[in-house]
Amino acid sequence: MTPPPAAAANGNAIEVVNIVKKYGDFTAVNDVSFAVKEGEIFGLLGPNGAGKSTLIRMMTTLIPITAGLARIEGHDVSQDPDAARRAIGVIPQAMTSDPDLTLEENMSIYAKLYDVPRQGRKETIAELLELVDLTKWRNAQTKTLSGGMRRRLEIARGLVHDPRVFFLDEPTTGLDPVSRVAVWEMLMNIKAKRKLTVLITTHYMDEADRLCDRIAIVDHGKLVALDTPSNLKHSVPGESVIEAQFLNAPADWEEKLKALPGITAVQHEGAAMYRLLTATASKTTVALVELAVTLGVEVKSLTVQSTTLDDVFVHYTGRQLRDDLVKTVYQMPERPSR
Amino acid sequence: MFAIIEREMRKFFRSPFLMMMSMVFPLVQLIVLGNAFGGKIRDAKIGIVDQDRGTQALRIHEAVDSVRANLRTFVPLTYDNERAAMEDVRIGKIQGAIVIPPDYSRRVYEKNHPRIALIVDNSDNFMSSTFTDHVGQIVEALNQPQIEPRLLEQSVLEIVELYPYIEYMKYLLPGSIALAMFVSVMIGGGILYIDDKARGVHEGYLVTPISKFELIFGLNIAGAVKAVMSGITITIIGSLLAGVSSIFDPSKLLLLLTAIVCISAAFNTMMFLLLVRVDDPLVPRAVFGILNTLLFFPSGAIYPIQAFPTWLQWIARVDPFTYAVHSLKSLLLKDAGWAAVWPDFAFLGGFALVAGLLAVPLFRRTL
Repeated sequence: MTPPPAAAANGNAIEVVNIVKKYGDFTAVNDVSFAVKEGEIFGLLGPNGAGKSTLIRMMTTLIPITAGLARIEGHDVSQDPDAARRAIGVIPQAMTSDPDLTLEENMSIYAKLYDVPRQGRKETIAELLELVDLTKWRNAQTKTLSGGMRRRLEIARGLVHDPRVFFLDEPTTGLDPVSRVAVWEMLMNIKAKRKLTVLITTHYMDEADRLCDRIAIVDHGKLVALDTPSNLKHSVPGESVIEAQFLNAPADWEEKLKALPGITAVQHEGAAMYRLLTATASKTTVALVELAVTLGVEVKSLTVQSTTLDDVFVHYTGRQLRDDLVKTVYQMPERPSR
Repeated sequence: MFAIIEREMRKFFRSPFLMMMSMVFPLVQLIVLGNAFGGKIRDAKIGIVDQDRGTQALRIHEAVDSVRANLRTFVPLTYDNERAAMEDVRIGKIQGAIVIPPDYSRRVYEKNHPRIALIVDNSDNFMSSTFTDHVGQIVEALNQPQIEPRLLEQSVLEIVELYPYIEYMKYLLPGSIALAMFVSVMIGGGILYIDDKARGVHEGYLVTPISKFELIFGLNIAGAVKAVMSGITITIIGSLLAGVSSIFDPSKLLLLLTAIVCISAAFNTMMFLLLVRVDDPLVPRAVFGILNTLLFFPSGAIYPIQAFPTWLQWIARVDPFTYAVHSLKSLLLKDAGWAAVWPDFAFLGGFALVAGLLAVPLFRRTL
């Protein structure tokens, strides 16, 4: 396959072409291709172990690429890694700021690593700390900050050399809901003030939905869907989801549910819980209640909701994202041999 | 590169506990070992079983009393029978016993193989050899003729000591300074380096445009600077504790500083080479004891290399600790100059260069 032209010509800040990463026989990323336009917020969505971090690490020159190529602003990350590094800001999953140093010192060390000119360095650091609302703590040791504040510092630190492309690897993992919202607002604020292309990985559906212009769903190292959140939701058959739990349901209950008006799919979730996808939510709900009353089936719970990215994920991968999250906690996957 | 050094130094000064711990171990060793070893035996209890009670036996009593009064090595205790004295040696109540047999005086006069016995606890080498030496000297004195000839007939060995008496604490000082620098590179250049890797701090470095050489040099220079600071501090404190005055000699200061810089560079590059591919924070903690034993003890810091078996002498020959201890010993204890230490500096400098060059291809610029 012929690689696409450089970013300057086609307006793509990031281009990934048939990229592959193997560890021995284990394929962590399998033939993935996508492009991110300049100024876009692009989300890589997938469960833990899907290959998101491996993808981001290849794009940010942290690990070598087995096959294929990645370009940042037209610079091939394998051929010209330093040019790519100058163009990017990276916030890895781990908190990489030094806990013993103050916020300003951490920022200053990274400014020097990126050769930010001495003139204006202090002003840039002050401006960025203000942007992430940490000016008050600029002389505090980083270890005294909360998790959310440290994440904000990491984000400010990643912007100290004024990068054009910003990579954030699961920026809100481990944060409480309030801190997560604060980080989202701060990212939107930064995006509004700076000309920046953002690539973010996450396993939070709401995060991807709220922040991203386009989302790529990654599962088992493969790209399974790529579009805007709205288009992805529309691509799922049925626009709404009815979740209901029944008692005393007859054996052919699933068949009866499938025959309801507007139903496009029925999924039995276990414990008499059913998930119904429908194009006509209100009509289907009325018919469902009537059917239950007629057959003497007790409706224990019933919720109606519009299609979410959760439904999109289930549709494209055949399973729920949270199932994978639980599995990763209780059942460690086999470690790939290098 | 300077940003890496700056970060390491700021971190170092922010954690004074670590800085102090890297110096406490060698200082404790210097004080405890320096005072525990190398001292003379005083007031050890020696039993005397006198079965003869003759005039010649009296001479032995007088000789032992004379040692008690002057060198204070022995405190004599009188025993009635050999068996009780032997039992007390066995249980440690006394440290040795002299047995004078019933016919000792008669045999002396008859010149018929007069013998006395010395019972020692040979599970304690140091104590038994001290007793053997002292009692041997007493017996030699008893054998001397009453009237000495005007001219000595026998050859005599006169020992000329080049330097004033060196206490064991002073002997240990060069080793302790080298050990302080080793502990410093172990903590500052080894443990913290791997901890930073594990915490992702290096991941932060790797996404910046910093080159592989800048990273390696930055990390090594920072580690060596910490070791230099540790070395200078222990040289001053240790010299004051052990009573070594070389640090007040301005002509020695430049040579001492050069030695400390060369030692720090050699130790830090060696540590970097050993840990360059290590990611597990437990590894440097686990190998610390092994490295300490393997490098410190064969260096001649606490026992002369010449007493080692050949295989251990070979380790000593390639061990940078050996050259570190030799150069510091020459400068601190022997009042030696450039001529004595330049081969050590050359070895340590060459070692640092080779270890650094070997680490370059092994260092990964990626995760």
